Amino acid sequence: MSSSRSRTAFALGKSLALSLSIAALAGCASTPQPLYDWGNYIGATYLYLKGGDQDPLRGIEQLEAQLQKSEASGRLPPPGLHGHLALLHSKAGNEQAAIAHLHRERARFPESAAYTEFLIANFKRKDAQ
Amino acid sequence: MKCSTKGPATSGAALQSPSAWRTVALALATLTLGGCASTGRESKDLSALITARPASILVLPPVNESPEVLAVPGVFSQLTMPLAESGYYVFPITLVDETLKANGVQTPAESHRVEYSKLRDIFGADAALYVSIKQYGSIYRVVSSDAVVVMHGEIKDLRTGETIWRGKASASSAEQQGQTQGGLAGLLIRAVVEQIIGAVSDRSFPVAGVASHRLLKAGTPEGVAPGPRARAPVEAR
Repeated sequence: MSSSRSRTAFALGKSLALSLSIAALAGCASTPQPLYDWGNYIGATYLYLKGGDQDPLRGIEQLEAQLQKSEASGRLPPPGLHGHLALLHSKAGNEQAAIAHLHRERARFPESAAYTEFLIANFKRKDAQ
Repeated sequence: MKCSTKGPATSGAALQSPSAWRTVALALATLTLGGCASTGRESKDLSALITARPASILVLPPVNESPEVLAVPGVFSQLTMPLAESGYYVFPITLVDETLKANGVQTPAESHRVEYSKLRDIFGADAALYVSIKQYGSIYRVVSSDAVVVMHGEIKDLRTGETIWRGKASASSAEQQGQTQGGLAGLLIRAVVEQIIGAVSDRSFPVAGVASHRLLKAGTPEGVAPGPRARAPVEAR
């Protein structure tokens, strides 16, 4: 028969285990994985927005490589990465590649449908000129 | 503050005991003190945002009230991640920037004045984030300098024109010294900082990342409620 003290300790131990389980279920695990594989996307958009002479081909090379790496490891590219690549390809004069990336942004993120369709129509018009 | 999890759940018998309610109270207290819970934040009313439940957020170029021109790219580029990781679709900011300019909207301030229904028409966004940068750049002291970023933000529902969330946050390079930030915030911020070392000499850029995270990220005291794409959606209160 256990003493009241050890019963209390046991009850506290069970309480703690249960409360930590609740914490885990609430999404408070110690190192949750990000939803997306961000890579260099944030830095790339910062450099683009900063302006100055920037060769779009360099950004294209880096981000296309990043995309391939994400896909190979089964991780998701973040919202906007395909969109940014579309813009870079357009700046580099490749409207077809731009349109392809917009299709992929739309496929991954249907919330973008209205905007990506509008942009695709614009790029097609540009391409036809 | 980090939360850690160890050990299996207890058996069903424990849940039926009279001490079960004490256990639940202890759990909620643990979560609240640990900063992990999305309940118990009396100071932040997220009900308007939860009711509106936007799936997509248009991040507009931030208005810059600091003397540093790099504040706009520095903050604009950092706002996407905390919102996306909170479960919202965020429109590609460089494309948004081009579209605004192509439509004659040349400055961030002008973009903040565009009629909400027009933004809804062009982008199809459910909501838009309006940020003002109050401070960005180095504060020079006698022997050193600190990079400081302060920003205010609000989210407007583009279907109604109503403001559904407001927040403000700040960060300083002084806090990072000798400290590693734990948890998801640390992972994401370190990832951002690592990628740009060598390419960027703007010390305020990573600080803007910390401030953006504090401003927006679901689960932080100021941040938004989790969006539709969040991994473990929270029940509406």
